[in-house]
Amino acid sequence: MAKAPRKDKTGLLLDIQNLRIEATSYPPGEPPRNVVIVDDVSVKLERGKVLGLIGESGAGKSTIGLSSMCYGRGGVRITGGQVILNGRDLVKGGPRLLRQVRGKEVCYVAQSAAASFNPARKLMDQVIEAALLHRICSRAEAEKRAIGLFKKLGLPNPETFGQRFPHQVSGGQLQRAMTAMALCSEPDLIVFDEPTTALDVTTQIDVLASIKEAIHDTNVAALYITHDLAVVAQVADDIMVLRHGKLVEYGDTRQIIKEPRQQYTNQLVSVHHIPHEQKNPNDAPVLAVNNITAAYGGGLVKVLKNVTVDVHLGQTLAVVGESGSGKSTLARAITGLLPPMEGSITFNGRTLSPRLANRTRNDLRELQMIYQMADVAMNPRQTIGTIIGRPLEFYFGMRGRERDARVRELLDKIEMGTGFADRYPAELSGGQKQRVCIARALAAKPKLIICDEVTSALDPLVADGILKLLLDLQKDENVAYIFITHDLAVVKSIADAIAVMYRGEVVRYGPKTEVLKPPFDAYTDLLLSSVPEMELGWLEGAMKNRRMASAGN
Amino acid sequence: MLNVKAIPISAWIGLIITAVFLFAAVFAPWVAPYPVGETVGDVWEPSSAKYLLGTDNLGRDLLSRMIYGARITIFIAAMATALSFILGSVLGFAAAVVGGWFDQLMSRFVDLIMAIPTLIFALVVLSVLPANVVTLIFVMGLLDATRVYRLARAVAVDINVMDFVEAAKLRGEGRVWIIFREILPNALTPLIAELGLRFIFAVLFLSALSFLGLGVQPPDADWGGMVKENKEGIVFGVPAALIPAAAIAVLAISVNLVADWILNRTTSLKGGRNG
Repeated sequence: MAKAPRKDKTGLLLDIQNLRIEATSYPPGEPPRNVVIVDDVSVKLERGKVLGLIGESGAGKSTIGLSSMCYGRGGVRITGGQVILNGRDLVKGGPRLLRQVRGKEVCYVAQSAAASFNPARKLMDQVIEAALLHRICSRAEAEKRAIGLFKKLGLPNPETFGQRFPHQVSGGQLQRAMTAMALCSEPDLIVFDEPTTALDVTTQIDVLASIKEAIHDTNVAALYITHDLAVVAQVADDIMVLRHGKLVEYGDTRQIIKEPRQQYTNQLVSVHHIPHEQKNPNDAPVLAVNNITAAYGGGLVKVLKNVTVDVHLGQTLAVVGESGSGKSTLARAITGLLPPMEGSITFNGRTLSPRLANRTRNDLRELQMIYQMADVAMNPRQTIGTIIGRPLEFYFGMRGRERDARVRELLDKIEMGTGFADRYPAELSGGQKQRVCIARALAAKPKLIICDEVTSALDPLVADGILKLLLDLQKDENVAYIFITHDLAVVKSIADAIAVMYRGEVVRYGPKTEVLKPPFDAYTDLLLSSVPEMELGWLEGAMKNRRMASAGN
Repeated sequence: MLNVKAIPISAWIGLIITAVFLFAAVFAPWVAPYPVGETVGDVWEPSSAKYLLGTDNLGRDLLSRMIYGARITIFIAAMATALSFILGSVLGFAAAVVGGWFDQLMSRFVDLIMAIPTLIFALVVLSVLPANVVTLIFVMGLLDATRVYRLARAVAVDINVMDFVEAAKLRGEGRVWIIFREILPNALTPLIAELGLRFIFAVLFLSALSFLGLGVQPPDADWGGMVKENKEGIVFGVPAALIPAAAIAVLAISVNLVADWILNRTTSLKGGRNG
């Protein structure tokens, strides 16, 4: 095994040829089946280049990323092809070679840094662990290197940052610490597996910028895995579009986002362009929230301060802000789960009782809620028919055939067939689950539906379908939405009015066109400028022009 | 759906042995060769064609007493377990759903009971109350309910904070619906697995009580009582006491094999058709 020369600036680093990855799935009650996860994919990566792997969930992008270190997660097997790193085939190399390569030549940055760090050990020990294990340098040298990386990645107090435990730093900082960990042993290749997906938009841009800078300065090659084309466009030199484990399109970043050749790529590029005419507020709001103040812990932690918003019948109010801004708490206050300390809520002309227990059944019926995680919002032991049928029984006393007919009608409305009534939630896809939740809310014939981040857990194309469905239903049923989200692209496509929230206060509120029209206040500007746009060089421009640092910095 | 071929061999052994015991218990009068209390031979006769397992300390047929003993042992243990599960799980779920002072009151009371060793507590209570089957079932059931309560509450607390329960609360559902339709189906699998174990503990507990003379009263026999009656025989090399002891052990193991299998089949909250 010839030791490949390290740190030369050009030349082929990673050469994956005709990769085939399979796994055995065990569907309940059926014989085990062989599933092909990746089929005949070839990847070539030069030193110092960044390749973006993009596709929806199940496209096999993480699996390909991990195969570059010859690792199969959860019983996944590499059954064909070659993975050649620095001139050696890892598939044939055996465990000895893998131990040499992993952590030294290839490093991995996971999506959830919070779950990937050992909570019982200090960050510094974990960051330098691989470098020490491979005897790349001494402990003192490694620590010096780590501190340098902390500095480069823009972490606060780089000298002492490593002395903290994972729970003592914010999510964005942890993600950067993980990048420092990957860079510490000066590898040739880093696999970034959705490193910014779990972060707030305002934090995402910071992490993205520091990752990009670190990649540039250290001249490391990278595989950047994400489902967000706009994000990958900022860091990658080339992009590979994958679907169902097969290659769809491969090209340089400019070509992929400007002149996509395949229809699927085109769909990905043009996602979030839903035409939507803004409706102007009509006379009486269906829901008026007046000066609400709410707190957790018996008044100790105020999470909502003097919030006043209106929602008009048949229209959509988008509530935007980063996590911790109190958007979901506003929903909890409106639904009565968290009775506000001050202020009042008027719904449909009636004043709502602050406490859920004191509300009439009619109030409850007319105000429905859809959750972010559709799979935990439905009882896994109830069939779809029961889930959608229960509100019909409960509010309208429908039984038997009448109820079943209405369930069918509702399933039709959410563009799902009748066969779904007998299925369990576990037997549906993510998008279908969210549709069922919508149907359950619609079954109550509500006047207002609160949508709490309903699309953020979904793939972009699926999320698009859900948004279109919600807009169509609004037209048909004249229902109002409160749309809680951190995704401004979503807001632009569906909102009629926007409330921007920051630390429990509404900092900007009005019709969509007015809110999105300059001049902006500092926070709205930060929020708007943080949304990745599918433009080359957008990241640099956005970082230069921002007026306010995001939280956690 | 239940796939017969997927049942592991250990579970089959457990299922078959448990079925044999249950059959003997249910059809005792038809299966047993002799009446339960009748002296049919000499004291401690060895096993023969006439008396398959020999005779006991009073010359009664051991096999017949074993079969009737199975009936009493399994009946009392099953009733006590059923009582403890109904009481423990309903109260545990209620504590998790209602929360607040109700939860505090119930949980602290249960802690109090659990602080006293069960056997001693049972001995004290049973020595005061009339010794009959109903008292036994109630004492055993109530004491065991504390254990079930803790499990049920722990499981329900986790389920209670899930979004689908919140959705039901927002719909305006009452507590009864939430406990029995939202939480119970999702808590059922761990509870069923626990049921098997609790049943065995009940058998052991009953046997211990009978051995100490506070359980089933003569001339009726349960296995623990039979061990007590025949324990002097061991000194003379008579194995009569070992047979009911072995029966207790075999029943315990076989029910546990079944319980283990159910535990392995536990599908998580992902739910679906099996589990």
